[in-house]
Amino acid sequence: MHLPMPDISSHLYVFLLAAFLGLEVIKRVSPLLHTPLMSLTNAISAISVVAAIELAGAGHGKFATTIGVIAVVAATTNIVGGFMITDRMLRMFKKRGGQK
Amino acid sequence: MLLETHFLAAAGASLEAANRSTYTTFFSTTSYLFACACFVLALKWLSQPATARKGNTIGQIGMLAAVVGALLQHNVIHYEWIFIGFAIGAAIGVPMAVFMPMTAVPQRTALSHAFGALAAALVGTGHYWLYFHNSAGVTFVPHPVEMSILALEVLLGALTFTGSLMAFGKLQDLLPTRPMVYRGQIIVNLSVLGGAILCGTLLTFNPTWWWLFPILLVLALAFGVMLILPIGGGDMPTVIALLNSYAGLSASFMGFVLDNRLLIIAGALDGASGLILSIVMCKAMNRSFTNVLFGAFGQVQAGPAAEGDRKVAKPTTPEEAAGILEAATSVIIIPGYGMAVAQAQHKVRELYDQLTRRGVDVKFAIHPVAGRMPGHMNVLLAEAEIPYDRLLEMDEINGEFPQCDVAMVIGANDVVNPAARHDKSSPIYGMPIIDADKAKTVMAIKRSMNPGFAGIDNELYTLDQTLMLFGDAKAVVSAVAKELAETNHR
Repeated sequence: MHLPMPDISSHLYVFLLAAFLGLEVIKRVSPLLHTPLMSLTNAISAISVVAAIELAGAGHGKFATTIGVIAVVAATTNIVGGFMITDRMLRMFKKRGGQK
Repeated sequence: MLLETHFLAAAGASLEAANRSTYTTFFSTTSYLFACACFVLALKWLSQPATARKGNTIGQIGMLAAVVGALLQHNVIHYEWIFIGFAIGAAIGVPMAVFMPMTAVPQRTALSHAFGALAAALVGTGHYWLYFHNSAGVTFVPHPVEMSILALEVLLGALTFTGSLMAFGKLQDLLPTRPMVYRGQIIVNLSVLGGAILCGTLLTFNPTWWWLFPILLVLALAFGVMLILPIGGGDMPTVIALLNSYAGLSASFMGFVLDNRLLIIAGALDGASGLILSIVMCKAMNRSFTNVLFGAFGQVQAGPAAEGDRKVAKPTTPEEAAGILEAATSVIIIPGYGMAVAQAQHKVRELYDQLTRRGVDVKFAIHPVAGRMPGHMNVLLAEAEIPYDRLLEMDEINGEFPQCDVAMVIGANDVVNPAARHDKSSPIYGMPIIDADKAKTVMAIKRSMNPGFAGIDNELYTLDQTLMLFGDAKAVVSAVAKELAETNHR
């Protein structure tokens, strides 16, 4: 069964707008916070967990489930680790006088 | 999910099942939309230290919504393995986040790019597998457009996976940090990449030639390794940012294939972030992407050094250094990777406290590529509880050096080398530098007179106003701070 062409143009619009929005928003991030920025975007890009969940949980047989679960593990590591380390770093940034 | 819809149709799904799927799909779509909004807000709030933690929190909320939305997808029917996956992932991720020293942030970041890319490559591989082995028992032949994006996604994911592992190895000192080069390296690299692209192209038009898929994977994995081999430690900030971008793009392309806008948007945000950071890093080194990736910086032989008129550096002692610092009214500290290696940030904080107590104005000049990843120095100094308003970017602070009494270089080298301004034969010529040489006195803490990463002499060390403090950064800074503390009591 041949699959039809995916809705590529609407995807490209979404991609384009998101990329430009990302460039505008991230351009404003202070260089002071470039390391936390990287760990936060890393956690966000672990959104592939969504696809991994569908692959692991849809009951498509052993092979698909196995690589799906490995993908879930890898993505979860990034989500948990990424958000936690970002928070740990951000807690350290203090102004003079001890206040954030 | 596009493929799932076709499974249902092919399996002749009942109306009831279709209705049920409409409700859950609506819920998932809504939570995905909510997650998108959260992610954009997270990045927006991250721009300033005052709102940054709020940004991180909203990012977590978005991720939670997305995961719940995914679990409620109508086609997700087996949960046990997913939760086992969550548990294992958390078991790896939590200790890494809690116990990792801040000096190891670059390694962790490289490793997490590897994990993210692995997930993307695996999901792409799994998706390809499902075309031929699915619960509906039908063979699906993807449209060339879909297949080409899938091939690109797997290619990017796989090369980012091994590339990031290599970067991790170099940062963790498991692999030599010096560039590894051999004759014809660029040609070999490009032919491996070309082979992978050829496989992808053939698959695009003949998606059923499944045997090409493992070849594509292997070539992409090999290319990732070969791409990072010739890259030295000093170029790691750019490379990490670039790998960040690839990992994001890979997730985004996955969204194209799976018809999932959340993936497209989140991936695009990550890709944009990595792109911006790599541009910032490249600008800070006055180099292009191609130069970073193929330049094998550090292998460049320094021009014939004029042995005859080579000046001699003047060494000094911590006592003398403390005396000079005490008499100063303004001090600018320039940290570099050497401070991270020696884990000297807490001693730097002691020095900062001693000087500030005496009314000396202490600031920090941060070069964008100081350290091994973007923002590395800022995080270390923040860890040592140095207020972030004392940390100034190169462009902000360079004008202050002529009025500055002491510029103190701690473990930085190339970013303060005046040769970048005038010596056209220098490999770092044209790179913007911190104007430490314009200060009235320069103090440089260095392990020895060995040249720095770029393998070139630094004329800053032989200037008339320069005093060298030889030794481990931590030990030297600690000795100076101790000296200051003692004179304080006298």
